Amino acid sequence: MSTLHTVNKSPFQTQTLISCLGHAKAGDSVLMIEDGVYGAMSGSAMSEVVAGMGANVKLFVLGADVSARGIDAGRVAEGVTSVNYEEFVGMAASCDRVQNWL
Amino acid sequence: MKFGIVVSEGPYTHQASDSAYNFVKAALATGHEVSRVFFYHDGVNVGTRLSIPPQDDRQIQEQWTALAKEHELDLVICIAAAQRRGLLDQNEADRQGKDANNIADGFRISGLGQLIEMGIQADRTITFGD
Amino acid sequence: MSENIKKFLYVNRKAPYGTIYAQEALEVVLIGAAFDQDVSLAFLDDGVFQLTKGQDTKEAGLKNFSPTFRALGDYEVTKLYVEQESLDERGLTLDDLQDIQYEDEDDDYEEKPSIIVVSRAAMADVMADQDVVLSF
Repeated sequence: MSTLHTVNKSPFQTQTLISCLGHAKAGDSVLMIEDGVYGAMSGSAMSEVVAGMGANVKLFVLGADVSARGIDAGRVAEGVTSVNYEEFVGMAASCDRVQNWL
Repeated sequence: MKFGIVVSEGPYTHQASDSAYNFVKAALATGHEVSRVFFYHDGVNVGTRLSIPPQDDRQIQEQWTALAKEHELDLVICIAAAQRRGLLDQNEADRQGKDANNIADGFRISGLGQLIEMGIQADRTITFGD
Repeated sequence: MSENIKKFLYVNRKAPYGTIYAQEALEVVLIGAAFDQDVSLAFLDDGVFQLTKGQDTKEAGLKNFSPTFRALGDYEVTKLYVEQESLDERGLTLDDLQDIQYEDEDDDYEEKPSIIVVSRAAMADVMADQDVVLSF
């Protein structure tokens, strides 16, 4: 039994990503979309926090939103997997529920 | 899988409608069903036929209308949220004594019960909002 | 009675009045009550502010929708989970929140509190137990 969480806010703008990671259970997936993709960047003030709080979950980022924002693929943190929309759909299907953190 | 989708923000101001649209297209392309797309809060504004977006940008309402037609999608606009924001079909306009209606093709106005029913009947419910 | 009873969780993380999400979320809850599902509400982060006592919106010219929370019991919506850490971070206690009760028809209509204060960890468990999660 696992949840797919999505987060669409930059962690520099609001606490949404932190709140999501603080409630996700071990084995859940967390997918950063829209402005949420900034939470997937390496070398930021949030990178270690995200890696630490996300240690027990699987971290993903929506590639389309990464490219849209001019974030080079090389700047996506290690441990975060980039996915496309079809994979997003697949993840929603294979988890037991979806919870969207807005 | 049967997906129920909620779009709870309006066109252009938030990316919600775009993300939802891309998700729905990907779901349909990979053989899943989208049982309903429910527009709530400012999401009801996606369903106006009076928008004139710049030609060099995506045409959000038209995209939904076309997708709905191609795949027989059920695009539902919440009546309570629509009334608040001035989104009317002919029926509502007549009922409420308004001199115009503005709903786009492919969208229908209905009650919040349609959202709950969607949640009950779908395998997964996903919200795109702010 | 519906054969297909699902667990619905309405997640409230935003403060009232600055945006419409709190109010329109409540409208979904009221309509949803007619569908006989297993309904819970979650209040965390700024969502805990929705439940405070003494909201006086006259001067602001806004509709005070907070009395609606007290009517939820009549709609058989009796599980309002409020996160302890979210209260603590905001300097709030249970005393700052409205007294929301329901009448337990299985217990001689005894009045019981609808607000259930839970830890963040317990809130995560509540979330993981749901079929449908609606966020506003």
